Amino acid sequence: MTTLTINGKTHTVDAPGDMPLLWVLRDLVGLTGTKFGCGIAQCGACTVHLDGAAVRSCVLPVAAVAGKKITTIEAVGDTPSGRKVQEAWRALDVVQCGYCQSGQVMSAASLLATHPNPSDADIDTAMAGNICRCGTYNRIRAAIKHAAKEV
Amino acid sequence: MSQGLVQAGLRVNAQTPDATDLSRRTFLKYGVTIGVAMGGGLLLGFSVPAAAQHKRGNAARAVTIGDAAPQPQAGVLAPNAFIRIDRRGRVTLIMPKVEMGQGVYTSIPMLIAEELEVPLDSVALDHAPPNAKLYGDPLLGGGQLTGGSTSIRYAWQPMREAGATARVLLVTTAAQRWQVDPATCHAQQGAVVHAATGRRIGYGELVDAAAKMPLPTGVTLKRPAEFTLVGKPTNRLDSPQKVDGTARFGFDAHPAGMRYAAIVHCPVLGGTLAAVDDTKAKKVAGVRQVVKLEHAVAVVGDHTWAAKSGAAALDPTWDAGAGGTLSTKDIADDLAAAANKDGAVAHEEGDAVKAFGAARQRIDAVYEQPFLAHATMEPMNCTVHVRRDGCDIWVGTQVPGFAAQAAQKVTGLPPEKITVHNHLIGGGFGRRLEVDMIVQALEIGKQVGTPVKVFWTREEDVRHDMYRPYYYDRISAGVDGNGKPIAWQHRIVGSSILSRFAPGAMQNGVDADAVEVAAQLPYAIPNQRVDYVRQEPRTVPTAFWRGVGATRGTFVVESFIDELASQAHADPVQYRRELLREKSPRAANVLDVAARAAGWGEPLPKGEARGVSVMHAFGSYLSMVAHVGVDPQGQVTVKRVVCAVDCGMTVNPKTIEAQIEGGVVFGISAVLYGEITLKDGRVEQSNFTDYRVLRMNETPPIEVHIVQSTEAPGGIGEPGTAALAPAVTNAIFAATGKRVRKLPVGEQLKTA
Repeated sequence: MTTLTINGKTHTVDAPGDMPLLWVLRDLVGLTGTKFGCGIAQCGACTVHLDGAAVRSCVLPVAAVAGKKITTIEAVGDTPSGRKVQEAWRALDVVQCGYCQSGQVMSAASLLATHPNPSDADIDTAMAGNICRCGTYNRIRAAIKHAAKEV
Repeated sequence: MSQGLVQAGLRVNAQTPDATDLSRRTFLKYGVTIGVAMGGGLLLGFSVPAAAQHKRGNAARAVTIGDAAPQPQAGVLAPNAFIRIDRRGRVTLIMPKVEMGQGVYTSIPMLIAEELEVPLDSVALDHAPPNAKLYGDPLLGGGQLTGGSTSIRYAWQPMREAGATARVLLVTTAAQRWQVDPATCHAQQGAVVHAATGRRIGYGELVDAAAKMPLPTGVTLKRPAEFTLVGKPTNRLDSPQKVDGTARFGFDAHPAGMRYAAIVHCPVLGGTLAAVDDTKAKKVAGVRQVVKLEHAVAVVGDHTWAAKSGAAALDPTWDAGAGGTLSTKDIADDLAAAANKDGAVAHEEGDAVKAFGAARQRIDAVYEQPFLAHATMEPMNCTVHVRRDGCDIWVGTQVPGFAAQAAQKVTGLPPEKITVHNHLIGGGFGRRLEVDMIVQALEIGKQVGTPVKVFWTREEDVRHDMYRPYYYDRISAGVDGNGKPIAWQHRIVGSSILSRFAPGAMQNGVDADAVEVAAQLPYAIPNQRVDYVRQEPRTVPTAFWRGVGATRGTFVVESFIDELASQAHADPVQYRRELLREKSPRAANVLDVAARAAGWGEPLPKGEARGVSVMHAFGSYLSMVAHVGVDPQGQVTVKRVVCAVDCGMTVNPKTIEAQIEGGVVFGISAVLYGEITLKDGRVEQSNFTDYRVLRMNETPPIEVHIVQSTEAPGGIGEPGTAALAPAVTNAIFAATGKRVRKLPVGEQLKTA
């Protein structure tokens, strides 16, 4: 049994230690907002926050996260940067199919939490690991800048 | 019918997986509690207006094959197949198309709201049941499909008519109640108003009386100048749940008691399973069962990780079959050899053979385009529960009717026992027009008993896609003394997707998709012969891919026109303009708009240049100018893309911009990197590491200029992709003198 702190709540799960956090969240805890895209930390769809930092949950063994503060897309709106990012996403009509956007929002929220006024280079660095096949990248960039004004 | 209106994926409490897909009874109870069940009438699926959807998730309601139009109960006005209005005045649109990012869950409601005179956010959505007679798309052979950039073209007239008919009916009903002339009443914000007396009555209060009235015929639609919603930039209605994690895709389906099945396909395409040693797999904690299929093995477990770990522990023996040594070169050689055959004539105009004799110069070229994977962000998946007495399918599909038919075939169950719970689609691009993953899940489900989610890892998704075909084009032109084409011959060689997907659409051996654009050039060329040779790529399955025939055709035609311009020492824009001006004024116009906006002709640094393309397909006209840089090492960067689009009258300009932007990004991925190759019968790529797609840091600024037009609406989901590749390769030619005739650009320009 592993005890996890997810979105401020304590969960005890019966999972092998090598099980990636992604599947713990989705299959055992029922938080399906975090998405599976590649399984090898290449696409960012599975991004969550670990003690506030963006991490790829598809390659993160659950044994490594016990005792840390895990935040998912379902609760990132409770953080100041997460809320502003979600508002900006809606205002600038970012989404298309939407499948990658949980991960995009999580990466952007983490960026803004540490870089309140990110440069284009900061945005590239923080967001290059998040793939969007619908091609919403330019709107994501604009929305991050929009959110930065509000943070 | 209301029994079938069960909502899949309605979230009650995100913390408890077992509650995420409510049973019918639970939903009814829940629906009553939260007021989703409509007064005396329908339950909603993608129900409630945007603000309320935000909290409630959004998977579409279930549909049962063979359903007639949803027959509402008492108290719900159903003036046609698309509109339901309940006693509380709530409007539900029976949605004939599915949302995969293209914005139809916003634009189609806009059409209804405009004519019905209701606020946009008051229109709830409910998926249409499989009923091609009511919900089929004539632009897609009458099929109930979402694809081919047809949604708005299809919806434009019937949706507005549906809205207007309902509005006139309600106005007439109110006028009768008030004993006044209907002409003195008007509809406004979901109510009928009699201005002279200041009386006002909500639609909901009229539904019972209106249901007894004869349906009006020949209603007058608004003139475009009267539109208050259509044509106005409107934010998407599905944003809120897509930014807070509550949106439900097929991958998120979670019926109670569900198990998970990981798939291991035979790595050789077309190969079969000979035997499997599953001793180690069955020892993995949480593994429940191993299911053998003809071409694959599935490991069923308590969660994804158990299934995946079990799959990794399998020791299968495969029979490679006939395709065991197949390589990309074999396929390219097949195509080149087939190009020597005479093809089925797709277009003939004048006398091309004679005209070549009279030409001053003949120019020949061969173009090749690779297999491409779809690589949707949501990998293939399908959840099923196959029982003796029924079958449920939870999936995001572009073809819910085909899904239900597949289930009938696999399970032998009658149509009324099969229920498809359609979901939001995490990227379609043509991949989810296919039901291979659904058939496979059903076959596994038959052997499992409990609900089971069959999922493909990204590696399985890339290696067992149904690919955009490899195409081989041989093209020739004869030009006159001014360098203008007077003779044109184009042979297209490749797989026929239509022969499999819609055999009835084949005409005299011509695949209309494969020859799209090539057989309807916007350019005035007096003597043309365009033909098609079908050559299937042996064991490689093929399918539609964003932009379909227009993507492959536009690359060849626009590259070759550029070659002719170059041979004539002409400016590529000017050369095109002269050939378009009389025959295709709308094409010439978008060309001018794009060139002007892009600063065509203005100087650029060394190693940088602009390239142009023109495209007419899907009822739309596009021109694109790509600004490209090629560094001394041959590294290509797309620096800016400018697009002018004339798609006729617009419904939601924001959607048009978004679709063009997205189409461009999809196109850049393909032109620079996209390529699926085979060795020893196996696909060599596996994941985003070796099937590279564009990332944010590589994405150029993209400008979209929408031309004002009063023409009928055109499609917009695919043109951006279709027009992109030649604009980039023509820019590469302008920058380097190197003509890219084989895609992708890849390493072709690398000097070191």
